Amino acid sequence: MSPVADAKVIKQNMIAPSHFRLYLFAPEIAEAARPGQFVHVRCGHTLDPLLRRPVSIHAVDREKGEVILFYRVAGRGTALLSKNKKGDRISLMGPLGHGFSIPQKKVRIFVVAGGIGIAPLYFFLQEIADSGAGADVFLGAATEKQLFFKDEIKNSGHRVFLSTDDGSSGYHGTVTGLFEDYIQKSINNNGLIRCDDNSKVYGCGPSGMLKRLTDIIAAAGIPGEVSLEERMGCGVGACLSCACKTRGGENGAQYRRACVDGPVFPAEKVVWE
Amino acid sequence: MSGVKPNLSVNVGGILMKNPVTTASGTFGFGPEYAPYLDLNRLGAIVVKGITLLPRTGNPTPRLAETPAGILNSIGLQNPGVERFISETLPFLADYDLPVIVNIAGDTVDDYALLAEKLSRASGVGGLEVNISCPNVKKGGMQFGSDPTMAAEVTRTVKASTGLPVIVKLSPNVTSIVAVAEKVAEAGADALSMINTVLGMAIDIKKKRPMLGNLLGGLSGPAVKPVAVRAVWQVYREVKLPIIGMGGITTAEDAIEFILAGATAVAVGTANFVNPRATMDVLEGIENYLCENGIEDISELTGLAQKS
Repeated sequence: MSPVADAKVIKQNMIAPSHFRLYLFAPEIAEAARPGQFVHVRCGHTLDPLLRRPVSIHAVDREKGEVILFYRVAGRGTALLSKNKKGDRISLMGPLGHGFSIPQKKVRIFVVAGGIGIAPLYFFLQEIADSGAGADVFLGAATEKQLFFKDEIKNSGHRVFLSTDDGSSGYHGTVTGLFEDYIQKSINNNGLIRCDDNSKVYGCGPSGMLKRLTDIIAAAGIPGEVSLEERMGCGVGACLSCACKTRGGENGAQYRRACVDGPVFPAEKVVWE
Repeated sequence: MSGVKPNLSVNVGGILMKNPVTTASGTFGFGPEYAPYLDLNRLGAIVVKGITLLPRTGNPTPRLAETPAGILNSIGLQNPGVERFISETLPFLADYDLPVIVNIAGDTVDDYALLAEKLSRASGVGGLEVNISCPNVKKGGMQFGSDPTMAAEVTRTVKASTGLPVIVKLSPNVTSIVAVAEKVAEAGADALSMINTVLGMAIDIKKKRPMLGNLLGGLSGPAVKPVAVRAVWQVYREVKLPIIGMGGITTAEDAIEFILAGATAVAVGTANFVNPRATMDVLEGIENYLCENGIEDISELTGLAQKS
């Protein structure tokens, strides 16, 4: 039986305006969770707002039995969630969904995160660092104050490249612009036309950013995985609300469910609309 | 309290259910989705997602919008089609001991006939729920359900095409649900399901456009419960068919309201999304209520509020 955990809040920190890190005691979920998966969170205790909210798993501490979420307040549900304090209880379903694949052989790993998109990729970076692998991490945000966890990521052995829309830190522009420049330079320096397929890109962020990222990696010949965000109902594949258009199927395109077939999909499979 | 366990079994138009709790079509997938959360064998029956003759890709996204104590959906009957349903999906439920009720939807009256024939030949189908009330498809759907004559024609055709019990699912988006129910009963329906979703709409005031890709959608969840209880109440008075009551049932108390209004069985829908064990909570709550009130058989409760 998949548990519906009644998780106790260990602590909740506001790390920037509207951005919260929530620590929950949920040992079974912590044990089972894989990077890219999510928990389906009951934000309030009444019938309004009604639905659970999918929140990606940001990190786990399996020894302490902790599941850590990082989210931005985007509406009524997350606003209620942000009011939870130490000792409060929150109903969680999970871990749910199909997460990022962890490279089995030695490949060069690129991580590209836009804004809050770092939330699930942080867990991914934590897992690969534990197995001794390092990644080149491209972090982008509107402004310097929203470049979350850059030092923690650096300290766990990854290389970090920064971009801000306002130029307050790192590359002045989008994270995909930064990444594209980097890939282009790398290709030029090595005298290659395309990257070899011994690389992999992992992306999460706004859909416009992911669409651009998909174009860049397609041109460079690098396979990638992206984590999508869709409005979700049940979280278990029953309601077909969180449909994402993907390539394949009888008509060349088919709707797949972000909650069970995703939220992580191979980038080249996604039909961007 | 007598200490004797009350009898929870019910007969819905020839479908024998060990208890009155089932699932609302479209909210419970085909079974495997919720199997990790509860023992499906404890359900009185399962009503699976609506099936059409050919596969459907469904409506454009967004397909879901949250509204006060409810949701609007416009899934658009996405499903694998009847052939793949029979060969790939139905076998999973063969391992369970519960009636499988298949919700069927067509563009034409002939579609319903073909669906009924194909499903009658498949093993493991316990009954058909005729969907003449889906608000999210252009053809068929609610078009049949809002016209008593058409509703009767679909019912008659399905009855002629199957030996399975036939439940007709009614739309609340009509002037008189009783008028439709009467015609459907005359046409030979074995039972009624009510209500399907209430046609609705929501607009995103920031983007200044409708929230749903399909513009309009079906409202479900606690917000529609009074509409559904009213529909059950009105139809129970005039039509002598067993009713599966649904529309916003979240707790046992909600379910008991429907039964008191005249429902023989109840279906849990949107609440499954909030609490994947909602059906079990409803079932246990009904049993406790019967014990506490010294009621030995659930059938004593059906329509009891009509007699006061």
